[in-house]
Amino acid sequence: MVNLFKQARWNEPVIFELSRQGRRGFVVQEVEGAVKESVGDVKTLLPEKMVRRSHAELPELSEVEVVRHFTRLSQMNYCVDLGLYPLGSCTMKYNPKIDDLLAHQPSLTQLHPYQDEKTIQGILEILYVLSRWLAEITGTFEVSLQPAAGAQGEFLGALIMRAFHNLNGTLSERTQLIVPDSAHGTNPASATMAGFDVVIVPSDQKGCLNIDALRNAVTEKTAGLMLTNPNTLGIFEENIEEIAEIVHEAGGLLYYDGANLNAILGKVRPGDMGFDIVHINIHKTFGTPHGGGGPGAGPVGVSQELERFLPIPRVVFDGTDYHLDYEKPHTIGKVKCFYGNVGVLLRAYAYILSLGAEGLRTAAEISVLNANYLVKKIAEIGAYDLPYDTKSVRKHECVFSAKRLRRETGVTALNVSKRLLDYGVHAPTAYFPMIVEEALMIEPTESFKKEELDRFVEAMRRVAEEAKATPETVLKAPMNTAVARLDEVKASHPKTMVLSWKMHQKRKEADH
Amino acid sequence: MKELGIESIDELYLDVPEQFKLKRRLDLPSTKSESEVKRHIESLLAKNATNQSMPVFLGAGCWPHYVPAVIGSIIQRTELQTSYTPYQPEISQGMLQLLFEYQSLICELTGMDVANSSLYDWASALGEAARMVTRLTGRKEILVPQIIHPERYATLRTYIEPAGIQAEKIGYEEDTGLLNLETLENKVSEKTAAVYVENPSYLGFIETQGEEVAKIAHDHGALFIVGVDPVSLGVLKPPGDYGADIVIGEGQPLGNNMNFGGPLLGIFACSGEMGMIRQLPGRVVGLTSTEDGMDRGFCMVLQAREQHIRRHKATSNICSNESLCAVASAVYLALLGPVGLRDLGETILLRSHYVMRRLSEIKGLKTPIFKSSHFKEFTVNFGGLEVHEVHSRLLERNVHGGKDISQEFPEFGETGLYCVTEAHSKRDIDRLVEALEEVLGERGS
Repeated sequence: MVNLFKQARWNEPVIFELSRQGRRGFVVQEVEGAVKESVGDVKTLLPEKMVRRSHAELPELSEVEVVRHFTRLSQMNYCVDLGLYPLGSCTMKYNPKIDDLLAHQPSLTQLHPYQDEKTIQGILEILYVLSRWLAEITGTFEVSLQPAAGAQGEFLGALIMRAFHNLNGTLSERTQLIVPDSAHGTNPASATMAGFDVVIVPSDQKGCLNIDALRNAVTEKTAGLMLTNPNTLGIFEENIEEIAEIVHEAGGLLYYDGANLNAILGKVRPGDMGFDIVHINIHKTFGTPHGGGGPGAGPVGVSQELERFLPIPRVVFDGTDYHLDYEKPHTIGKVKCFYGNVGVLLRAYAYILSLGAEGLRTAAEISVLNANYLVKKIAEIGAYDLPYDTKSVRKHECVFSAKRLRRETGVTALNVSKRLLDYGVHAPTAYFPMIVEEALMIEPTESFKKEELDRFVEAMRRVAEEAKATPETVLKAPMNTAVARLDEVKASHPKTMVLSWKMHQKRKEADH
Repeated sequence: MKELGIESIDELYLDVPEQFKLKRRLDLPSTKSESEVKRHIESLLAKNATNQSMPVFLGAGCWPHYVPAVIGSIIQRTELQTSYTPYQPEISQGMLQLLFEYQSLICELTGMDVANSSLYDWASALGEAARMVTRLTGRKEILVPQIIHPERYATLRTYIEPAGIQAEKIGYEEDTGLLNLETLENKVSEKTAAVYVENPSYLGFIETQGEEVAKIAHDHGALFIVGVDPVSLGVLKPPGDYGADIVIGEGQPLGNNMNFGGPLLGIFACSGEMGMIRQLPGRVVGLTSTEDGMDRGFCMVLQAREQHIRRHKATSNICSNESLCAVASAVYLALLGPVGLRDLGETILLRSHYVMRRLSEIKGLKTPIFKSSHFKEFTVNFGGLEVHEVHSRLLERNVHGGKDISQEFPEFGETGLYCVTEAHSKRDIDRLVEALEEVLGERGS
């Protein structure tokens, strides 16, 4: 049922090594004679001291060589279209092809952001309607589509807290943002970027936010709390009403990290649970491709009270036409140029339109069903332990610990991850959340049928068996990927670090 | 469900407090077939008018350039498009090598040693650069040119305000637009973390005083940041050659479509000192070998700078970046090569200057307003005629003029910022010239 796989091994040279003088992959259109005649010698158009003296050391290749090089590289890259990609909190679900096709229409790709409003009514309508849909899904009042990614959404959310307390004249006192110890790393990083001190609150024995610790942490210095619900253990924070009460009573705001929104679409809304600010990871929840790291999009929804702080411009509708509104005196300003990652947002529009209210709800339900199926099946293997509350259901993801496996066999969560690659499935997120030792964080999403989940479980089982019978197989893994286990220490060591081809050349020269 | 021994999915949501459960259907459209979705979205997009139906002369941070067909075919390869951040390097070598190549190509282009694998856009890269120089110098002031993209400046403000960093604007020479070095000398001090210039500037002219600015900054212990439009670097001197410590810029012109202003591609490069490298924001890919030393390979490096390890002490909160846009740019630079990039720069120079020559012949119109060399973008002053009026009349003639900057820079009067690239044909240009002749001619009659 699950077989070892073999990834392509091209040993592809770095593109600079493929260069041969005089080759060209693309020829720029010749300038018309009349233009040249009118303007004269191009050399006279630049000031002498600013002319580039020698060519940039770019490689020279023909078109077909460029295509072959990058195609070979692509064959050495695992992707969600090949199979399960169960990175916890990353929500690697299927990216519908129709959404890509629509995003490549010239009526979008060739659109300039500063065009006259009369010429961009179609795209403004899409953005306006999408922001209304996201407000409905999250239970918020108004949504900004501007942030380029979830982390930028968090930064914006923290800036909105800042603006809120500033307007109330309490910013100088409210300097602390509370973050649970199970939070995504972006939470404390975003809070710090927005000028707050981070206060960490531990989880309780069930894996939820420790209410007593929260009560102790909340003071007149509290600006707010950043929370993921369901949290990174996949557990729903049942005490959310109390949490919201504690934070609000202390004068703080409640921030919802949307990384785990997929589990609750159409079931329960962050706004209804008392969250004031919500960010959404479009590239997770709404099925847009992650592109090997980005681009994503990180819209932010807020309550009515906070609407005035959203970045400019806002897309507004006057009943007939759509406009870009820059007149918002309390706005925090801008977090990037223009309006957001529109190419990504259009795909989300197509995704929501395709699934509809019923489809989104079903997606959430199946993602939770799949995660709980994995909880049961992986627990049955007997080698991996489910920390915290073993009885309560998980939501979209679950976290297992390989601590016992490590003690018994010397095989770590990292080794398990690497060996899974040999079976042609991607590894879970390892060593996160940090509150679980030897953590393996698994999020299947709704996109995989039972057969594919069983394949993953079988791979997990085989790795556990190997760990006991032939641990060296697991410790040496991976063997079937494009390269064997990489030396990551060497990669980051100041003496051996190579961050560009230029650095590589310099090191080579120095060695000779 | 049988395996889990449950009768209904709702049993998996029993932990959600009853009062919060959504008891109704979300107020969204109902499920649609693929063909309905396609028809609906295509009909909405058809309401847009693009440069396919009218020549558009807008730039200002997002520029129309020809995107070779090869790029679409590579970035739409599902192996690249539907992969996540390469956390498991052994199974993600394709993306990692590609990003290493992107970083290396950016280094060659800008004349720097190290580049990261992308930030969101030029504007947020400026914000990150300002925060980085503050960490490096312990100083909390950055000097920027008065002639700067207003949205880029607004983004800078957003990024630095919480860190208590001040941005001060430095004036320009009235006739050339170039940075006023005297003002700079007066403002720069032991509080200055960095001096920032853009090349070409927001208004299209070339800042020729890079070396002088670098010297002034360095003499005061400050760093020098240069923002670039990278397509200019086939013909323009790379900032590394005139003393830049950090180079940022907008990578969109390198093989990425405009997409109504996003996604964009934030370029971020710096010199190779370890101190600088340790403070870099964003992901960086490095070349290494397999543990047995037999093969070459690539992986993300210096992750101890990043949020998932360092948390609140990270150099930035950035996680998702613009990797696939960086891939497009790597393919673009590989296709063009050094000669192609120079040809492209010369083509843009010739075409944009051709437009300036032709427009200068029209009575009542002044272009450019500065006595400086320009690349790709230039100012057009309409004298007594209001820019928005000119704009409307051009639009009636199915020509989209440049950006109205009369509000941003009232001191330049009724002025627009026009952009001409290799993507504008001579026919497009002639249409603009004819239309403006008509519009300006109407004024006299």
